[in-house]
Amino acid sequence: MEDRGSARGGRRKYGPHFSTALNRLGYYLYGYRHFSSRIKGGHTNNKIRISTKPIRAISDDLDILVAFDQESIDLNSHELRPGGVVVADAKFNPTLPDGVDARLFAVPITAIAEELGTSLMKNMVASGASWALLGLPLEVFNKAVEEEFGRKGPAIVEKNVEAVKRGAEYVLELAGGPLEEFRLEPADGRQKLFMIGNEAIGLGAIVAGCRIMSAYPITPASEIMEYLIKKLPKFGGTVIQTEDEIAAATMAIGAGYAGVRAMTASAGPGLSLMMESIGLSGMTETPLVIVDTQRGGPSTGLPTKQEQSDLNAMVYGTHGEIPKLVIAPASIEDCFYDTIEAFNMAEKYQVPVIVMTDLQLSLGKQSCEMLDYEKIPIERGKLVKDAPPLEPNELFKRYEFTEDGVSPRVLPGEKYGLHHVTGVEHDEAGRPSENAQNRQKMMDKRLKKLKGVYIREAIRVDAPHEAPDLLMIGMGSTGGTIDEARQRLAADGVTSNHVTVRQIHPFPADLLLPYLKSAKRIVVLENNATAQLAAQIKLHCGFADNIRSILKYDGTPFLPSEVYKACKELN
Amino acid sequence: MATFKEFRNNVKPNWCPGCGDFSVQAAIQRAAANVGLEPEGLAVVSGIGCSGRISGYINAYGFHGIHGRALPIAQGVKLANRELTVIASGGDGDGFAIGMGHTVHAIRRNLDITYIVMDNQIYGLTKGQTSPRSAAGFKTKSTPEGSIETSLSPLEIALSAGATFVAQSFSSDLKQLTLLIEEAIKHKGFSFINVFSPCVTFNKVNTYDWFKENIVNLDQFPDYDPTNRVAAMNKIMETNGMLTGLIYQDKTRKCYEDLIPGFAQEALAKQSLDITREQFDNLLAEFK
Ligand SMILES: Cc1ncc(C[n+]2csc(CCOP(=O)(O)OP(=O)(O)O)c2C)c(N)n1
Ligand code: SF4
Ligand SMILES: [Mg+2]
Repeated sequence: MEDRGSARGGRRKYGPHFSTALNRLGYYLYGYRHFSSRIKGGHTNNKIRISTKPIRAISDDLDILVAFDQESIDLNSHELRPGGVVVADAKFNPTLPDGVDARLFAVPITAIAEELGTSLMKNMVASGASWALLGLPLEVFNKAVEEEFGRKGPAIVEKNVEAVKRGAEYVLELAGGPLEEFRLEPADGRQKLFMIGNEAIGLGAIVAGCRIMSAYPITPASEIMEYLIKKLPKFGGTVIQTEDEIAAATMAIGAGYAGVRAMTASAGPGLSLMMESIGLSGMTETPLVIVDTQRGGPSTGLPTKQEQSDLNAMVYGTHGEIPKLVIAPASIEDCFYDTIEAFNMAEKYQVPVIVMTDLQLSLGKQSCEMLDYEKIPIERGKLVKDAPPLEPNELFKRYEFTEDGVSPRVLPGEKYGLHHVTGVEHDEAGRPSENAQNRQKMMDKRLKKLKGVYIREAIRVDAPHEAPDLLMIGMGSTGGTIDEARQRLAADGVTSNHVTVRQIHPFPADLLLPYLKSAKRIVVLENNATAQLAAQIKLHCGFADNIRSILKYDGTPFLPSEVYKACKELN
Repeated sequence: MATFKEFRNNVKPNWCPGCGDFSVQAAIQRAAANVGLEPEGLAVVSGIGCSGRISGYINAYGFHGIHGRALPIAQGVKLANRELTVIASGGDGDGFAIGMGHTVHAIRRNLDITYIVMDNQIYGLTKGQTSPRSAAGFKTKSTPEGSIETSLSPLEIALSAGATFVAQSFSSDLKQLTLLIEEAIKHKGFSFINVFSPCVTFNKVNTYDWFKENIVNLDQFPDYDPTNRVAAMNKIMETNGMLTGLIYQDKTRKCYEDLIPGFAQEALAKQSLDITREQFDNLLAEFK
């Protein structure tokens, strides 16, 4: 199911009521937006996949294509499966390109909308038509419309409902009723959420107690900032749009030092600018949470396209050696829970934590199971309040050598907590020190903090087979595609296990090892050209001879068919 | 109430004997005591340079950051805990070269913090290269034939960036400098003080004597009105930036913290991190 058009006509998204209504009926949805970085002009499309079962991937082919211009048909009809359907605006006398096996329903979308008063309602007419073809009840749709437009008064609601109805009626007459082959089984009706990863991250941040976000706008991270701009003031917090990402990261460090959970979010170019700040956070042991929503690199690269090529920058970026955690959520639920955990880890271990997403996970709107805000309790680690009095001239040992390397932390304002913080090598009270012995001890102290530390589900395992033909390994948004490819492989008799790496650094080698050992062949999937995840596995676990990579870096997410085919062709 | 001695610690500064920065440190300590601060209520955030070491020499909460970034760190501290008095400080390279972007934006943002630049017209720590404050023709290690760039005027920049408090002083004039820092701390908004703080080791041109000869002290002009922005700009230009005293102050503009919607007077750092089930349900509503 897809709607397409050029950005010029303001056709930027398929009405939210369409998916809201499907979500309320309990269907699982998975969205994919194709857009270009031009604000106006350029072909855009918005795919939505509907299922009665959980889905986490875009599909190989389309069932229904909704087109508002001929270009959309020309560019996309080859993706239709044989016997698919095109619903197009009659206004441009739509035609199917040669060789496309599909049915075309030309609905006077613009004409109906204009008749009802405004071409803005084109969306409604088209949504009504598609809804009707799927044989879904109009009442649920109308309720979503009512909620969407209720504020604007009953007259507007009525007009929109009418637009939906006319679109539905018109298409049903052309098609002779709902299309049996597309008829959706009733869904489970269980309450789900429908959101993008960036919103789940913003929501997670609020639940984690984050109250300051400092950030500089960038695709595809900006929605996190936009979400928090709307919500944080309600919780006493604020978002500050800084002059650049260096200010964003260092401001978050300042806030973290002073005791507020703070974050910043960016994509590759911003991450590059933050490298020195990440080192400052590591050296001064100041909590910091950074979200990197990966997009096509290098440089400005493909700013609105899918890629997973910042892994090395996150793992290796910043000079010198610091402890640092890199977490890669692999679902919308993960985006929420991992963000909460990121804030806990940043404070418990007093380290920078990078939450790594990719464009498809950050922006693809998807179904999400109900979220539980109490599942991950807030933990602040060794935060000291009301520290006991110090001797005259004595400073608080903010960097005290301890068993686990984590030192007690006091916040400015604390009566007996005075100490110094510096990115220069320092002693236990934070005073600069070049003493060789102290240097070595301090390095060891910092670096041991994350030894053996794992987040919840550092790897996610689906391993039904003891000795599978294939072990498929991925990260971020690719898990759903891998699972669909596995189903097809299973039909061919190929057995497979699936491990999603969710903690990228420190690398969870010992957790992964048994699965690597038991597989006949290991396949690592990633959206980059140099196999960065595979390199981590080889480095930390070995198995170089047995690892094969499936790589895609053309800016689009993997399709299940591509993964299936690549697996079949493996040597 | 703390005395200025309580703002001293036992760390011995590694500045060269005679460096102007000693007096800036003393002035901050005196001013802090004079306005009634306690050490635990003061955070001093500094950049990298000889001058940047200052946060380690004052008995307060000190944060020595990275080169050019004292201001964003300081603003983060202030946002997190507005009950703290926050002083950011660093060198002329720190604030007007690598950190210039932050300087102008911090000025226009107008958080209630004080920014003190130790301006020695040279890079001290890296042993004597040209700075954005070095005059054209100034010979340094990096400009052996003399600088072919003009020096920038931080005072003009501050005024045009919308500063609400602009002052300049000379590290030898401990009395004036202390008073200006007191005023800056009391000012509700961003206060910028540029301090001529001679580098006795690498700058053989802009010496103590040179400053004494060239400085115009505004204290000698009883009619000078620091609330008049146009007059302030004229005075800066007339004196070629070689003036000291309170140059401009706008007490009418609200500081950033007071303009943030719903921002409490109480420190954010002291507020609870938890949200209620009802608040959470409200947040979820839009995704159902
Ligand atoms: C990113 C970065 N670049 C360069 C340096 C090296 N560096 C340290 S201090 C400094 C300039 C110091 O000059 P200034 O800010 O005027 O301070 P001063 O030493 O004169 O007080 C430089 C270039 C650094 N620490 N970090
Ligand atoms: S080099 Fe110059 S600025 Fe640095 S401490 Fe010595 S005199 Fe001061
Ligand atoms: Mg200097």
